[in-house]
Amino acid sequence: MIRPLFVRGLLAGIIAGLAAGVFAYFAGEPHIDSAIALEEAAAHTHAEVPLVSRSGQVGGLFLATALYGLAVGGLFGLAFALVRGRIGPRSGSVLSITLAAAGFVAVVLVPFVKYPANPPAVGDPATIGSRTSLYLVAVAIGLLAMAAAAVAHRIFEVNGEPVRWLATGLGFLVPVTAAWVFLPVVSEVPEGFPADLLWDFRVSSLGTQVVLWGVLGVSYAYLWHRSERVAGAPQGVPA
Amino acid sequence: MSQLSAPHVQPIPLRNLAWWALAVPVLLLVAYLVTFDQGAISQAGDYLHELMHDGRHLLGVPCH
Ligand SMILES: [Zn+2]
Repeated sequence: MIRPLFVRGLLAGIIAGLAAGVFAYFAGEPHIDSAIALEEAAAHTHAEVPLVSRSGQVGGLFLATALYGLAVGGLFGLAFALVRGRIGPRSGSVLSITLAAAGFVAVVLVPFVKYPANPPAVGDPATIGSRTSLYLVAVAIGLLAMAAAAVAHRIFEVNGEPVRWLATGLGFLVPVTAAWVFLPVVSEVPEGFPADLLWDFRVSSLGTQVVLWGVLGVSYAYLWHRSERVAGAPQGVPA
Repeated sequence: MSQLSAPHVQPIPLRNLAWWALAVPVLLLVAYLVTFDQGAISQAGDYLHELMHDGRHLLGVPCH
């Protein structure tokens, strides 16, 4: 009973990762190229031979998004198995879309608001360790806040819809806004870095994640719907 | 199953899910190799890091 939910997650994840790679290739790569050109112009010296050529890195983009999609999809499938019947919409397809939206908000949007994506040439290499830790803390807070919202949503089930949604919203927003306010600020955009390039890159980065989570939710819903039709009967059979 | 009229979904028991929790660290490792590894685990030096460089930036992960 769990295996198909998991395998479908892996499959939907690879599809989502490749779709995100296509989006990133067209929407994001031009900005990365511009940023690298600025970086090299600033450094003057480029005697070092790159380990991987630029075209290799562009191919690596698809490998990266596909593997990332695979990992996210597998986790998504297991989260779906855990959540279904416990909380959220009863329809498997609607649950899939809802879960993908919640995952996007927790894993992408919450960290992005505090620590937005940066193109090459932005960011001090000396601080990569602390920036990585802060990013992971923000992801963890996003997930915990989403879990808190889900628990509140269930606890206040009997208190009527307005109270219930208020509790759900507070369960999410209190930890998230606290994190946005109290986590340390990272501001490492170099002097004179073009603001429009930074903005365009960040939009394309967020778009890549929107495509990834959107395609994940929709294709998982499709695979669910298809298996349900093939089975020809309502599911919900104990595992 | 006699749930044709009221599709009340039976949750999957947690003890059945426990085995599958073992997949979680494996999946996290895959995500780690894409997003953070600089050769410490993969032993591929900076190769994987450089190869998946653009993906890391566009997925919004801190890079350099
Ligand atoms: Zn980089």
